[in-house]
Amino acid sequence: MIDLEKASVLPHLRKPPITKLQLVKYAGASGDYNLIHTDDETARTVGLDGVIAHGMLSMAFLGEYLCWLAGPESVRRLSVRFNEMVRPGDTLTCRGRVKERTAGNDGSRLQLEVWTENQRAERVTVGEAEVVIT
Amino acid sequence: MDHPPTLTRDLIGRESEVVLFEVERGAIRKFADAVQDQTAACVRGDVAPPTFPTTFRMTIPGLTFDLARVLHGAQEYRYERPLRAGDRVRCRVRVADVYQRKGGLGPMTFLILAMEGTDESGSPVFSGKTTAILR
Repeated sequence: MIDLEKASVLPHLRKPPITKLQLVKYAGASGDYNLIHTDDETARTVGLDGVIAHGMLSMAFLGEYLCWLAGPESVRRLSVRFNEMVRPGDTLTCRGRVKERTAGNDGSRLQLEVWTENQRAERVTVGEAEVVIT
Repeated sequence: MDHPPTLTRDLIGRESEVVLFEVERGAIRKFADAVQDQTAACVRGDVAPPTFPTTFRMTIPGLTFDLARVLHGAQEYRYERPLRAGDRVRCRVRVADVYQRKGGLGPMTFLILAMEGTDESGSPVFSGKTTAILR
């Protein structure tokens, strides 16, 4: 775990490149069987070049990022917007910074700005999170 | 060509049945594996990753649309505590809002879904808000 009390810009978490196999596995694990994520032919019928990753996969990366930063018991909120499409072969990196720190009865509450960016440094999924530090 | 029915504001307030979901260790492990989530407690299947409530799928009567035309615009989750293997959560999802906006490619319909999960004593465990965009 990271010493969040002192951090302002948070360390980053780089994920392995997204693969088509991962999208099939995520479809099965999450129950999201929308074929635009797993079938190129379906993706083309709606004007895409090929399959795109589930937005929820990049949100899941940010969920892991929060657990890595603060521990899985500490996550209180995660809210994201899906701004850009993610394709197989893209490599996402989770980044964040501390926006606000408030002291409460059960320790500190940290408001974080978090996002995933792709290999072109485009912020594909952006959001906010709250974690508690005891 | 068939067009799916347009979503209209009379859907607001409609909700799913309350559905009981059991958080299974194997399902947690499978989810963590798909995400390549390295969090030790998730890899073991003890604690569910934060976005695990996405696996709790429910249907709202009267709400149908073509999946391939849906974009996931935004998602929020709030947690009282993490979900753990063995938890039994009662979930319900309802249509919180429906509205139209003009987009670059024509009119778009925004559908806001609100989801709640409680434990067996009725205490809140998590809530979710989904923004779906239909082109």
